[in-house]
Amino acid sequence: MSDKDTIEVAAATGDQAQPHKELGLTDDEYGKVREILGRRPTAAELALYSVMWSEHCSYKSSKVHLRNLAPSAVQSEKLLAGIGANAGVVDIGQGYAVTFKIESHNHPSFVEPHQGAATGIGGIVRDILAMGARPVAVMDALRFGAADAHDTARVLPGVVSGISFYGNCLGLPNIGGELAFDPCYIGNPLVNALCVGILKHDDLQEASARGKGNKVVIFGSRTGGDGVGGASVLASATFDDASGKSAKRPAVQVGDPFMEKILIEACLELFEQGLVEGIQDLGAAGVACATTELAAGGDGGMHVTLDDVPLRDSTLNPAEILMSESQERMMAVVRPDNMAAFTKVCEKWDVEATVIGEVTDDETLTMTWRGATVVKIPPRTAADGGPVYSRPMSRPAALDALQADSPAKFPRASSGADLKDTLLKLISAPELADKSWVTQQYDHTVRGNTVLAMPEDGGLIRVDEETGLGIALATDGNGRYCKLDPYNGARLALSEAYRNVAVTGATPTAVTNCLNFGSPEDPEVMWQLAEAVRGLADGCEELGIPVTGGNVSLYNQTGSNAIHPTPVIGVLGVHPDVRQRVGAGFGTDGARVILLGETREEFGGSAWARVLHGHLGGQPPAVQLDSERILAAVLAAGASSGLLASAHDVSDGGLAVALAESCLRGGRGCDVSLTGDVFTDLFSESAARAVVSVVPGREEEFASLCTAHGLPAAVLGTVTGDSLAVRDVFSVTLSDLRSAWEAPLPALFG
Amino acid sequence: MSRVIVDVMLKPEIHDPQGDAVLSASHRLGFSNVSRVRQGKRFELEIDGPADEKEIEELARELLANPVIEEFTLRSAD
Repeated sequence: MSDKDTIEVAAATGDQAQPHKELGLTDDEYGKVREILGRRPTAAELALYSVMWSEHCSYKSSKVHLRNLAPSAVQSEKLLAGIGANAGVVDIGQGYAVTFKIESHNHPSFVEPHQGAATGIGGIVRDILAMGARPVAVMDALRFGAADAHDTARVLPGVVSGISFYGNCLGLPNIGGELAFDPCYIGNPLVNALCVGILKHDDLQEASARGKGNKVVIFGSRTGGDGVGGASVLASATFDDASGKSAKRPAVQVGDPFMEKILIEACLELFEQGLVEGIQDLGAAGVACATTELAAGGDGGMHVTLDDVPLRDSTLNPAEILMSESQERMMAVVRPDNMAAFTKVCEKWDVEATVIGEVTDDETLTMTWRGATVVKIPPRTAADGGPVYSRPMSRPAALDALQADSPAKFPRASSGADLKDTLLKLISAPELADKSWVTQQYDHTVRGNTVLAMPEDGGLIRVDEETGLGIALATDGNGRYCKLDPYNGARLALSEAYRNVAVTGATPTAVTNCLNFGSPEDPEVMWQLAEAVRGLADGCEELGIPVTGGNVSLYNQTGSNAIHPTPVIGVLGVHPDVRQRVGAGFGTDGARVILLGETREEFGGSAWARVLHGHLGGQPPAVQLDSERILAAVLAAGASSGLLASAHDVSDGGLAVALAESCLRGGRGCDVSLTGDVFTDLFSESAARAVVSVVPGREEEFASLCTAHGLPAAVLGTVTGDSLAVRDVFSVTLSDLRSAWEAPLPALFG
Repeated sequence: MSRVIVDVMLKPEIHDPQGDAVLSASHRLGFSNVSRVRQGKRFELEIDGPADEKEIEELARELLANPVIEEFTLRSAD
């Protein structure tokens, strides 16, 4: 890239060949840039368009489908900001609002697991901060290749240490998430980070640059060569492209959580003093993205002097300054008369702040460097005017055969000994086993407001100390169900996350999503994406809750092997009073154990099929969103009336695994009887079910609550003793269960 | 017995927050002419018999350094 490629030079040398393909722009896209500018782009402009029009920043392959997620008017009632903002904002009452979002950091975490996962936390935290909120908790949804695969032993410990390093240093509790293993994720681990923040309604900030003459300020860390081209090269292409030459690997971004911490405190003080007109975090595509988005969101013009951007590496050229993904940086728009106060706050927190430009009204984003103009573009063409593709889609040719290949053909355990053995095999599979090896590395109580955290079904955070108002969060995604049926798989993920929030006693209120898929250039992957988005949109409509925002990660594939389609769905719930939260563990001897919901024979994509038979095929469980709503209503009413001693969702591994988890969590056994087909009762994965224990003496009240809602409730037995006993079938001691459940992860990862 | 020193440093283009922290602490303590700090690690290996450079390089790449973000140098301490 030439240092002296000004707009005048570009205009005079229109025929000069440019490396647009290396930067990820197609010939057509490059042609469109030339058409917009009426000349060839300068090196800096080419860099800017290439990152802004990358898959990662422009959503060019997914946009046509994501439009389906726009919430209806009814769903939007509680939305203060929605899709398109840095993160959605939801009204939770009492003057509070909550902003939350989940984002992928898959590719960086594969290249450098520790720093990749750490900067994933940093990035999502700044998104939440940019809305004007104080970040209060994080969660991680992690998926790796087979647990015993060589590369998993490299990636998993690095990812976990990166999350714990960054999150713990930052002082944010990690309250939950997921950990899953499947051979399809080898080489393409999924590291999805969620952050939630709390604000008062008046604190909401805008990502726009308005008011001619207002100053554009960059603050936080200095800009270095980190991650140059990360969005366009790394996150928007498969690793081994067809030409066989390995893509240029950008310098790995290194996170500095202590800088992020003072950046958070500085921003919150700036917001409080009303010193900020507009704010944007610097994430993928760094200065290029922040300047174009601020300008495009505002009056449409900005002048930036690139020489003024504080650098860590003085050799960076304009294109590199624009594309750098150095961490812990923010950009603000500040009125000139507020600049002195702004600087004072930044000095107090030891945060470097530098004016790099100002807002103009000429609808043009102009950047100068060493006295010459190197960028002069209409900013909306870069921010919103990118290409939108309706890529070809086709239903996977192998799908019919896959759906016809039901696991019904496999033998099922029938004797008590075999059924017990099946349960022990399930709970000692890495995916269902105890996750403490991972979660104990995370601080989950810092800040003192954590009410529930893993291994509970949902995380629960107190928002107001006086009233007990709280928020619950859960993420779910089941790539195996989605592989069998992406439409219903997405609805099932929504259904499970909704349920996991409901079992705490919270009312599910809003949805975020992270869509992890293979290459959009593969028509079968595009079909999966379209189906999953349609499923999510329909599911949210049926449940009456809005999608507030999200993120798409494509190109998660190696060669022609794409990952299972994996939409990860996050659900936020509002808890009226966290003092009445309900945990998953059996904690009260003599409490009656009840199964809520209906059990059908559903084993397609089940844990049993995978763990016992290494099989994936058939149809996933039927989606029961109406029943899910009823179940959530009963759980919320049961919690607020103090009827529930425990509540735990029934999902992977069925009732048997749910009972085992409730026993282990509470340190108490149970004695239960089953009335139907024992194998189906124990291991089927029918949706919309939960196993609860009822506070002794309140059984009749709870029974009439279920009847009033028309919710099937089967009394299974009572909480008692120190064994999980299924009458006339088998009994297993808690200590045997515990050793089977606790051993696998430490054995694999040390 | 032979002794080998392995020095591990972040690659020059990689951000070094620890080095930066040491730099700002130096200034706070009055060492104002310090202008840049990069922090690394040093390993002293004792080897039975003569040192096989190739083998130590492999060890450094596999265990002592993270070649994605770090580089290393070997030298004999004998």
